[in-house]
Amino acid sequence: MYIPHTKKDKEEMLKAIGASSFEDLVKQVPGKFLWPKLDLPAESLDEAQAAARLAGLAARNCRPLNFLGAGAYERYTPAAVKAITSRTEFLTAYTPYQPEASQGTLQAIYEFQSTVCALYGMDYANASMYDGASSFAEAVRAAVRVTGKKKIAYAAGVNPQYMDTLKTYFAHSPEYTYVKVPTKDGVMDRTALPGLLEGAACLAVQTPNFLGLIEDMDGVAEIAKKAGALLVAAADPVSLGILSAPGEYGADFAVGEGQSLGLPLAYGGPYLGLFSCKKEHVRQMPGRICGLTKDKDGKRGFVLTLQAREQHIRRDKAASNICSNEALCALSATVYSSLYGPEGLKELAEANAGAAAYAAERLSAIPGCSLKFKGPFFNEFGLSVPGSAAALREKALGRGVDIGLPLAPLYPELGETLLVCATETKTEADILKLETTIKGAI
Amino acid sequence: MNCAPVVDNRLSIEKSDAGRRGLWCKNPLRAKAAIPANLRRKAAPRLPELSEFDVVRHYTRLSRLNFSVDTHFYPLGSCTMKYNPRFYEDAAALEGFAALHPLAHDNCAQGTLELIHDLSARLTELCGLDAITLQPAAGAHSEFTGLLLAKAYFENKGETRTEIICPDSAHGTNPATASMMGFNTVNIASKPDGRLDVEELKKHIGPKTAVLMLTMPNTLGIFESNIEAIAKAVHDAGALFYMDGANLNALIGMVKPGDFGVDMMHLNFHKTFSTPHGGGGPGAGAIVCGKHLAPFLPVPLVKKSGSGYVSDFGDKRSIGKVKAFFGNTGVLVRAYAYMLAHSTKELGEIAACAIINANYVRSLLKDLYPSYSSEYCMHECVLTPGPDLTAKGIKTLDVAKGLLDRGFHAPTIYFPNIVHEAIMIEPTETESKETLDEFVAAMKDIHAQGMAAPQTLKDAPVTQPVKRLDEVQAARQPNLRW
Repeated sequence: MYIPHTKKDKEEMLKAIGASSFEDLVKQVPGKFLWPKLDLPAESLDEAQAAARLAGLAARNCRPLNFLGAGAYERYTPAAVKAITSRTEFLTAYTPYQPEASQGTLQAIYEFQSTVCALYGMDYANASMYDGASSFAEAVRAAVRVTGKKKIAYAAGVNPQYMDTLKTYFAHSPEYTYVKVPTKDGVMDRTALPGLLEGAACLAVQTPNFLGLIEDMDGVAEIAKKAGALLVAAADPVSLGILSAPGEYGADFAVGEGQSLGLPLAYGGPYLGLFSCKKEHVRQMPGRICGLTKDKDGKRGFVLTLQAREQHIRRDKAASNICSNEALCALSATVYSSLYGPEGLKELAEANAGAAAYAAERLSAIPGCSLKFKGPFFNEFGLSVPGSAAALREKALGRGVDIGLPLAPLYPELGETLLVCATETKTEADILKLETTIKGAI
Repeated sequence: MNCAPVVDNRLSIEKSDAGRRGLWCKNPLRAKAAIPANLRRKAAPRLPELSEFDVVRHYTRLSRLNFSVDTHFYPLGSCTMKYNPRFYEDAAALEGFAALHPLAHDNCAQGTLELIHDLSARLTELCGLDAITLQPAAGAHSEFTGLLLAKAYFENKGETRTEIICPDSAHGTNPATASMMGFNTVNIASKPDGRLDVEELKKHIGPKTAVLMLTMPNTLGIFESNIEAIAKAVHDAGALFYMDGANLNALIGMVKPGDFGVDMMHLNFHKTFSTPHGGGGPGAGAIVCGKHLAPFLPVPLVKKSGSGYVSDFGDKRSIGKVKAFFGNTGVLVRAYAYMLAHSTKELGEIAACAIINANYVRSLLKDLYPSYSSEYCMHECVLTPGPDLTAKGIKTLDVAKGLLDRGFHAPTIYFPNIVHEAIMIEPTETESKETLDEFVAAMKDIHAQGMAAPQTLKDAPVTQPVKRLDEVQAARQPNLRW
């Protein structure tokens, strides 16, 4: 319990209030509802006991050598990132409603927005969304608002969880239709685009796509534009250390999962939705935006701005209902990007691509295994395996290695395929252990 | 030599020096990368080039420009800025929790699944309801989830209901969520005492009504005493009763919302359950609901199976996913720590002390700053500048800025919208009487300043890193990036 009141404090306070007892204060609550029986522990744990209980639970999660990716990527979190994000002036502040007393958080948000713009090559970014999936859904919603059209074309390689989330966001309106752009050898079949994009609000593409393959985006925005559709691109931010930026290939909205920028995996969150757009769409951006301005003396300062889009002003006319976002995760990603800088991010991207390339080289040489797709990939790839991929994974887990995600439940047409991911956290020895484990488990 | 202090308000990019480095990635596997030239980016991203020390000093400096719960009393109404116990941070950072991949095999995630299962059970009991999802990432995201449940519930019954009723005192997220979901919002004016007008409600509720969204206690810090009549009116119309749980800190352990007919409600872990706000997030939310709504909850849920726990993907009636993966699990670890640290009796003590603190501040200030309501309040009170200050041209904004100069964060201001010049104060239970006395003294001092030298108060703050900022210029000529 974290309450400072002594019995004497409470008595003095009630006296100052003019109440004869606490019950006086809550007379507005019908008495029959007060103090119900609760089937909860009668005793609380002290801090040491609670910490031990939590440590015990944490220890029950196992720690295999991990080759899972599929939208969440294992990273090293630098000590300086943890040091900054654990500063309680950041940790225990609220949304910066009083700008004069929140310049630290506000400047950090401005630097975060700038970092996202730089990585994605876009004009503007917001102060964050919940995660990559909700950013993706909000970007498609924005494209629908801009174009007034209700048909949504998406590449089959978009993360299925992103599509599930998007469909949930549009669940209220059956008039929205979805058109899937088929894949050819794991990547978007560009020849199918002109026909499918007719009357569409947008084309939503992810690159590297869910299967790890890099989409060739050259000329895609032009095809979309011709059909009157906007381009929504989802991209992993670390991949952008080396791969074409959405701004370079003409995306209208670009989004991503910011977990990749050094946030812990944490079984799915808190993560960080990255959201950016072209200048002309800025008033369709959901969520908070920080802007640079001047104070009364002409000194530089930061405020939340363009709030006429937001729920606390516009209520039922707002661009989105989002209120709390992922500010501390945004700070974390900003510090991470500043520590590595443009060169370091390029090195990280190369290490991901190199580790995955080496893993693919070793695993595809195992008898019965082969690469599912021919095209270039970033940090994960489809591996055809003999027999059940799910059974193989369980067997390998018993040997301390999570060899990847079986794809059949998501893409039955791919058969017994594993999605294997190797990030910069993996060494040559780790990959050799992966190889030996799969060989032994087949 | 000029020894005047240099005010450093440069951006990180303005400190950048080409070729400077903070961290490296030297993994030799880099040499194996073979990305074709046509897929590579043409221009390097314009990010700062800094040493590690540059970065640490830059952000440490920024941190010191902030007010925070740890450094300042932060009575932001409806935000529940209470103390965030330190050991929660250690718990969430435990390698076993932090390194767990969201697609880990259930067998590898037994600790986290057990935590989620136990937390779910405790919270449903606390609310007096039957089922729960912990997937939403925040309060507004929970509202969205709740309205999806309502939609699915009525569709399953073959009913089409298009309206959501909200009182005019509702948080902005309620109507925003309703319209995001394609519902029409019906606004109901509050009675002069701040409560929902049951007669008005009865006039507007009907076969088109899907949900009544009601914050309890409401945003004036008042409990809806006619709660039974409200619930009956909602249920008589075949609609659902949604409780916005943003203000649950006033009720925790003291009442069970399920007892007064709530069909579903949301929780904000970053408010009631003491997980840190992080300057605007991450939060985490939950929807707790009755049996009739349980089949529609998002997936996965966690189920006990034999001696272990499994992810349960429900049946076809589920609304699907509102977020990738499970939810903000790292925040849930902290909320679970909070539940472990409180017995049943201690949970009730949270509500009791939150209510005592709010009434204490209200009673000591109401002569200088009239209280909107003449009754005792629950966990927060809404005051306004009195006619004497108003006559001097003093606005709520000036009072807020005056507080910053005295080392206190301002309360929530200009909300709820139905109160002119609202000052909404929520002290929370973790603040001591001494702190509240200091706050009251500061508010009295501001009153004195406003009466004696109003212009000086309109110039406040003068002790902060910046003075009042030009928000009009910020919106007219947006400068949103370097």
